[in-house]
Order: sequence, then structure tokens, then C-alpha cells
Amino acid sequence: MKKFLPLIIFAILCFVPFVGLSTYVMHILILVLMWSVIGMAWNVLGGYTGQVSFGHAAFFGFGAYTGGILYHHLGISAWWGLPACVVILTALSLVIGYICLRLRGAYFALATLALGEVCRVAAENLVEFTQGNMGIMLRERTWVDKTWYFYVILIIAASTYMLIKLVMESKLGYYFVAIREDQDAAESLGINTTFYKTISLCLSGVLTGVAGAFYMNYMGYIDPATVFPLSEVSIAVVMVVMVGGAATFWGPIVGALIMVFLAEVIRSLPHIGAAHQTIFGIILILIIMFLPNGVVGDFGKLLKPFVGRRTSS
Amino acid sequence: MAQLELFLQTLISGFLLGGLYALIALGMALIMGVMRVINLAHGDFMMIAMYIAYWMFTLFGIDPYISVFIAAPALFLFGLFIQKYLLTPVMKVESILPHNQVILTVGLAMVFSNLATVLFTGNYRSTPVNYASSAWYLTDYWKNSPIELSLSMPWTISFIIAAIITVGLWIFLTKTDTGKSIRATSQDLDAALLMGVNVNWVRMVTLGIGLVLVACAGCLFLPIYYLYPALGKQFTNVGFVIAVIGGMGSTDGALIGGLILGIFESLTATYIGMGWAPAGRFAIFVAALVFLPGGVASIIKKWRLGK
Repeated sequence: MKKFLPLIIFAILCFVPFVGLSTYVMHILILVLMWSVIGMAWNVLGGYTGQVSFGHAAFFGFGAYTGGILYHHLGISAWWGLPACVVILTALSLVIGYICLRLRGAYFALATLALGEVCRVAAENLVEFTQGNMGIMLRERTWVDKTWYFYVILIIAASTYMLIKLVMESKLGYYFVAIREDQDAAESLGINTTFYKTISLCLSGVLTGVAGAFYMNYMGYIDPATVFPLSEVSIAVVMVVMVGGAATFWGPIVGALIMVFLAEVIRSLPHIGAAHQTIFGIILILIIMFLPNGVVGDFGKLLKPFVGRRTSS
Repeated sequence: MAQLELFLQTLISGFLLGGLYALIALGMALIMGVMRVINLAHGDFMMIAMYIAYWMFTLFGIDPYISVFIAAPALFLFGLFIQKYLLTPVMKVESILPHNQVILTVGLAMVFSNLATVLFTGNYRSTPVNYASSAWYLTDYWKNSPIELSLSMPWTISFIIAAIITVGLWIFLTKTDTGKSIRATSQDLDAALLMGVNVNWVRMVTLGIGLVLVACAGCLFLPIYYLYPALGKQFTNVGFVIAVIGGMGSTDGALIGGLILGIFESLTATYIGMGWAPAGRFAIFVAALVFLPGGVASIIKKWRLGK
């Protein structure tokens, strides 16, 4: 049963557009799927390889801008951004990896944070190339209806899931986990840690970039403040994974589901809406203190009070 | 001659800015050295101190420079509290992800900056002190000087107070028992534990002192800068960039790194453009990571050993 769960969920999701949900609900579902892709991508580097990154907005933004710039300067469809960003993000990941992966632990996190900010400042200032703060807008949308966007991101999410499952169950995945558990031990066992960390970063970066390119096509408008921000992308993806559970297959998906719905609910509340960042911050702190492995990772712990009560009564 | 004047003026303002930056970075370096944690809420603590000073000025007419004596103790207590009830418990939590404490400080930063927006609105504020635009001019003192240079008064006062605080910190770290235990913990945690240092207490005091330094920096920045809730992020960036340039957790390095960054930013702003100043900050950060991973501290060490 458990083996077929992903397939069953995929099949159910395939039929979702036929139910006749409102455009708003479809939009939320698309966002959930997009955030699961970003979360799964972050999870490869942060969860499995143990290199916590605070700069995934760099990859997301680069992906989005790849599509945007192809459209704006060459006049071809922004959908070409999807294949193009694979090449561009591999290159970007190699550069970032060369600079950052020599650092360990929290210093790696800092370096990625700084690089994310560099990308944002550069995108704001290279006005001829990126339009600066004016942003890039797609003058014609591919589809008015959300159904096809939903299928595109569903396919991206499903392939991301399969790819990561494939990688993590292969030798490569064991190398990643070995590096997370003890980098020196991994090195002494003959694992070229820098090489495998770079591979992990490339995988993570490319997948995030694909999500970014999709975002460009879906939203039709990007500017540096929406695709390169620290708190709305870089930190948000850390939260998605932390809430769901790091280093689990389902964690990022559950996390994306919880976080996107939570964000919508909190924002719609009349007075508390303005303080949604505060609430997210408190949730993050509580999760770190009491549920460090997320909803999926600490599922047993979460059930304990209910199970305990049942036996006592 | 005008070119030279501009260059010297840029150097001076960079130096003055660097002194204040160094104060921010010193706190971060202390925390980094003792706890091995990067405090990503550092700038937001500064923002809190600035709001304290701002309200003291608006409500009671207390000069921002005097508010140092109000904001610093307040943040010291706040630091003790945060270390005791948030950071120390998290240290014991078992999890897959490392750097739980760093992510915790990110959560704190989110809460602080958002709460400030909700409570005080996102408006830009400043304290209209009456000496804000006064300055000393070189020609006033030396009549036939070939070039004209000026020294802004609030900047200079802030710089001097920052220097005094730095000297005070140095005396505290080298002469007092608590200071010595902080340095010992920073050098070798296990050895310090074996020597009977109460490490949990040292950690609390360190966070407190780190926040005191950043609170002072906030009060000193207020007369010359403006204040808004999202200001913290920018100064957190400044803090860790300097910490990396200076060498992780090294206080000497943080001082020199602060001056380097101040001058560098000032030069970028003058010669390339204001918008690029943050990019220049990160460019020097990346350059330091690639070419000088040990930071300025490694050069100081080499120089001392060579001597």
C-alpha cells in the first residue's frame, strides 16, 4: 500500500481539475506544488547533504530571470526558460559551489545568504539587462485557464519526486547522507566530499531554477523584490522543509501544503493579517524547539499525547 | 585638486562609518567566537535599541547619545533572557539539521522586524537633533589650506563614543574575570569547562554584551541615520560580512574589518554609484572568502608569529 501511495496521490491530483474547483483554489494548489518542488530541491542539499542554504532565492530568481530575459531580449517564449535554466543553473551552481562549498556549517549558510543578496542587488542595478525594479512582464499569457499550468507544475513536481527518490536510493544518496553525518569520516572513507557536495548543490539549484522558470510563466511578472527576496523565498523554503521534516521524502510536500494554506488563512484574518511574519517566526521557533524533525519526521511524537490519553482512559 | 578633495573626503567618511560598523561587528564576533552561532537577528536587536532611543527622544526629549545608558542595559537583560530560555534549550534538541540556533535567530529576526512594523508602522523616522547638520571645516582652522575638508559633528561624536566603548570592551575582556572566561570559552570550550568556567553563564553574558555593543551602535547611528522596521537585515549583513573579512570570531579582526568595509563602501558609493554599495559589500565578502578564508585575523596571527 505504502509503495503505491505516491502513484495514488498523483492519480488523484490528475483528476482535480475536473472537479470544477474555483480559480482561487486552483491557484493555491499550483502554489503548493511549486513550493513542494522548491522544498524538495532544498531538501537535497540541506536535508540529505546537511549543507543548510539561506540563498535559494538566488537559484529561484535566476530560473525566473532566465525565462524572463529570453522573452524580453530574444522575443521567444518564456517556456524556453525551463530547458535553458538547466544549463544556466548548472553553471551558477558550479560557481556558487566553488566559492561556498569550501566553507563548513554555518559559514556555508552565511555565504549562500550573501550570494542570494548579491544576485538581488545585481538584478536591481543591471537595468539594461533585467529592467531593474521595473521588472519583466509577459505581454501575452499562454493560457487563461489555470488547468494547464496545474498539469505542468504537477508533472514537474512528480518528476522531481521521482528523481530525488532515485538519487537518494542510489549510491549517490548514501554519499550525501554520509557527508551530512560526518564529513571527516566520509572523507577518510574515500568519498570526495567536495565533488559530491557540488553534485548535490547542482541538483538542488537546477530543480529550484525550474520552479523559478515556471513561476515566471505562471505569474507573468517578475521583479527583483519578488523572486530574489530573503524572507519570502530563501527563508520560506527553509521553513517549508523544517515544518514538514528535513531529510524525508514527504516532508517538503507536507510542509508546502501546511505553509501555503497557513499563509493564506493568516493573511485573510482581519487584524492579525499584518502580523503574519510574526506568526511564522513564532511557528519556526516552536518547531525548532519542540518538533525539530518536522511534522513527518516527528509524526510519532505528534501522535503520542493522543495515543497516551486513549490508553489512560 | 577637486579630485583629491573628493577622495580624501570619501576616505574620512568611510573611516567614520567604519568605526560604527566595527562596533556592530564586535558584538557579532564575540557571539560567534563563544557560541559558534551566527546571530542573524543582530541587526534587528539594533533596530530595537534604535526604537528605544527614538521614543526616548520623542517622548522625553532625551538625546540619543544619552539613551545609550537606557538601551544598552535593556538589551543586556533581553540577551540574558533569550540565551537562557531560547538558545540554550535549543542546543540540547536532537535534530537532523545542524545549525538549529542559527535558524532560531532567523525566526527571532522575523518576529522583531514584523512586530516593529505592526507597532510603529513602516514609516521612516529620524531624530531631529539640532546639531545634525553642523560640521567642522578645515579652512576654519587653517586659513590658507589648499583643500577644503569637513568633519560632520554627529558622525565624529559617534565615532569617538564608539572608540571609547571599544576600549572599554578591551579592558573588560583582558582585565576582568568574566572577560577572561569569555575569551577562554571562545578559545577552547572543553578546556574552559575543565577549568571550572560556568559555560552556560558565560554564554548568557556574551549574548548580553554582544547586544549591548549593537545597542550602543544603534544609539550612535540614530542621529545620523534614519530608522525603519526592516533596517535590521541590512546591518545583520554588515555584521557578518565584517566578521568574515575579519576572521570568524576574532575581535581584532572585526575592528580592522569594520574600518576596511566602511572605507570600501564609501569608495563604492562615491565612484560607482549608491545603488551598488551593497553589492560592493558582498563583492568584498566573496573576495575575502576566496582569497583570505582566515580573514584579517590570519594575517595578524602570521605577523605576530613572525615577530
